[in-house]
Amino acid sequence: MGTDTAANGGAALKPAAADDAARAAGPDVSAFTLENGLEVVVIPDRRVPVVTHMIWYKVGSADESRGQSGVAHFLEHLMFKGTEKHPAGAFSHAVAELGGQENAFTSYDYTSYFQRVAREHLKTVMAFEADRMVGLRLTDDVVNPERDVILEERRSRVDGDPSAQLGEALAATLYVNHPYGQPIIGWEHEIEALDRHDAIAFYERFYTPNNAILVVAGDVSPEEVRAAAEETYGKIARRVDPGARRRPIEPEPRAARRVALSDPRVTQPSVQRSYLSPSYETAEGDRAYALDLLAQILGGGTTSRLYKALVVEQGIAATAGAWYQGDALDDGRFAVYAVPRGTATLADLEDAIEREIGRLAGDGPGDAELERAKTRLVADTIYAQDSQATLARIYGAALATGGTIDEVREWPARIRAVSAESVRDAARAVLDRRRSVTGELLSAPAADAPALAAAE
Amino acid sequence: MTSAASSTHTTDIQRVVTPGGAEAWLVEERTVPVIAVEIAFRGGAAQDHADRPGAINLMTTLLDEGAGDMDADAFQETLEEKAIELSFSSNRDNVTASLRTLPENLDEAFRLLGAALGVPRFDAAAVDRMRGQISAQIRRNALDPDDLAGRTFFSEAFHAHPYGRPPRGTVESLAAIDREHVAAVHRQIVARDNVVIGAVGAISADRLASLVDGLLAGLPERAGTVVVPTVKPAGQGRTEIVTLDVPQSSIIFGRAGPLRDADDFIPAFVANHILGGGSFSSRLFTEVREKRGLAYSVYSYLSPYDHAGLVLGGVATRNDRAAQSIDLIQSEIRRIADEGPSETELESAKKFLIGSYALRFDTSTKIANQLVQLQLDHLGIDYIARRNAMVAAVTLDDVKVASKALFGDGDLLVVAVGKPTGLSGANVRAAPGSSEMHAPAEAIAAN
Repeated sequence: MGTDTAANGGAALKPAAADDAARAAGPDVSAFTLENGLEVVVIPDRRVPVVTHMIWYKVGSADESRGQSGVAHFLEHLMFKGTEKHPAGAFSHAVAELGGQENAFTSYDYTSYFQRVAREHLKTVMAFEADRMVGLRLTDDVVNPERDVILEERRSRVDGDPSAQLGEALAATLYVNHPYGQPIIGWEHEIEALDRHDAIAFYERFYTPNNAILVVAGDVSPEEVRAAAEETYGKIARRVDPGARRRPIEPEPRAARRVALSDPRVTQPSVQRSYLSPSYETAEGDRAYALDLLAQILGGGTTSRLYKALVVEQGIAATAGAWYQGDALDDGRFAVYAVPRGTATLADLEDAIEREIGRLAGDGPGDAELERAKTRLVADTIYAQDSQATLARIYGAALATGGTIDEVREWPARIRAVSAESVRDAARAVLDRRRSVTGELLSAPAADAPALAAAE
Repeated sequence: MTSAASSTHTTDIQRVVTPGGAEAWLVEERTVPVIAVEIAFRGGAAQDHADRPGAINLMTTLLDEGAGDMDADAFQETLEEKAIELSFSSNRDNVTASLRTLPENLDEAFRLLGAALGVPRFDAAAVDRMRGQISAQIRRNALDPDDLAGRTFFSEAFHAHPYGRPPRGTVESLAAIDREHVAAVHRQIVARDNVVIGAVGAISADRLASLVDGLLAGLPERAGTVVVPTVKPAGQGRTEIVTLDVPQSSIIFGRAGPLRDADDFIPAFVANHILGGGSFSSRLFTEVREKRGLAYSVYSYLSPYDHAGLVLGGVATRNDRAAQSIDLIQSEIRRIADEGPSETELESAKKFLIGSYALRFDTSTKIANQLVQLQLDHLGIDYIARRNAMVAAVTLDDVKVASKALFGDGDLLVVAVGKPTGLSGANVRAAPGSSEMHAPAEAIAAN
């Protein structure tokens, strides 16, 4: 998860640092803001004559009104349904004819649309994208089938997958007050009730140049991007001030919670636990950086504490690990998980996980493993330079969740500077059972599930 | 279109022939401090002994679990200390190693890769661990609708042919595979005469040549791969339902398609793109998703394995709309077979395919993958320079003939997992273990 906020920056604490520092200059990212408030970020990558063009709106599912879960994602789909100037499908058709790729995605805190095209077509896709920033026109005959598409998307992602259903229950239990507890795609019954008026109301409230970030990565100069952006996006007037992004805040958690899902379709049990944890935006000091290192040391790959103890030494797990989701505007999550092996029970795994957390919270990480984890996370930022699309996503996601370009660039140096004590303290503060929900995925005998036998 | 010509300018491939007689393809690129290397051995899960499906995949997962004097832990920690990314994977036709490293660790990266390929330890504890991990994955996917549909499709299409066997094996077959079996398939597959290599990054031809020679020095001269017969998939015209209690049917459909070296591969590729290829404009996307909202995902693609060609597609739709979706897909397939595409569709498709080709070459890892795939497919080192002209040359007649050859009578093998209603003439079976699998789950888990 570290790479979500990482690009490239100075590192000065290691013998290899000379190399790191030289490389850290990496892509020379530039940024400016148009008069209408649109932020623009340009990331050079001159190796291949293509560009990645992304527009990020600072709005996601966590900005939805209660009872309207899924409207941010619904609108994302409907953004392909035409404007006053261009009928439904015209933009996609144009992108295809340019040999471009396109798509869009919705998250808790942002919604993003992108095209990847040959460099000479940049301004064309900018013009289309700018047009749909304010020109969307929707009719029921395109909106209603698209709602069915989304219901099918939900069936694919959730209904066919018991672990995804457990994931929804876990998030809904972890966040007792904050909208991160609602699924991004929305609850089925609320998706069913959405219509074009809901989508347009959401659009008019949040889609405006002063609530967006344009990220262009690729074979293009900042001057070219500025000129093209001013002629396209620059012509759009601000239409609304969305105001500060304030969501209901989580109360201090006091009760450890548990959820369990038993289903005949579960053929491999597993256990996971999520802890409410600060994000890069809400954390103080170096806590978020320490949490990224903690996740790496505790559960990142086969040299991590959990994998070594549960999988290699004790042989009670087929796999085990941890992750930290810190790129969030409000409090994020830290999670641990394991899949049993042999005769081990989920309770055995939980006990073993607790012991490893206890050891790390007690003594902190060793010097060598802390160093290894830092090397790994910093290297990820160098590897990220190999992909303009990855860099565009890193900067876009960071800026849409309250980060700055400087924070992205300084991330490797901040990671290098984290002490063993900071990692230990992060484990003590965050990996507290009272902050957690434990989820068990269990198989149920078919006899207990009449739905399986009953034909429709 | 304009990007067509320019797309090749940075993809300047050198054929590196080493003093030891090996060959590697190289794109030297010094902008980004990353080196990507891809190595493939011809011979994948289709080489598994009929009684031991999954042995080659298991072997592949064990290559980074200890080599030479390093046990799994020492091996993995060395990778971590240098932030070297090394992974191994297999599919039906090949075993692949993927390496990514920073330039200053290049020698160490090749040393580790060489040890993994040449002297893997296959320690008993590691074999148990990986067998447990793969078994857990197999169990986790046992009743996953998409996974189940895919497994059922290949089993129906290929039966006793090696492609009909599950590449990862089964929990039962894995339980019977021991260290000797693993060592045997390693000797069988990892050799000098069936390897292809691609490298991208800040590395000179001479340096690569010496590293490759060092890498291959310890490998046997000849692989022990067996001949796999080339077959046509069976089952066209049949519909198989696997009953599973989910509200949506996951459907995979397909029929015979061209092999990669077929003369009409490019026109067939264009024809399929128009039917169900990867943009938001295909006929299937328009008819099934845009107009009617029947599915989130609907697609088709050519899948040329080494020993069988397929055109495959998929759709996931509410159970009570499954029949409508299948009928619609079936009629679109018959329509394109009978009439071919329009001139406009052909022009649009060519524009997309030509223009988007450059997007396959925008990262070192993607380029390394392409270098290896071109060699595996015997397409020639000049293929990238020729490819767009080949697409541009496809005429409406070519694509009509190819559509007819590809989609013929339009008959499909259809596998639907779920509780689809209204599919006439389908064979119906229960999902494996949906009634009794859960009682012995503990016993399975204790393997």
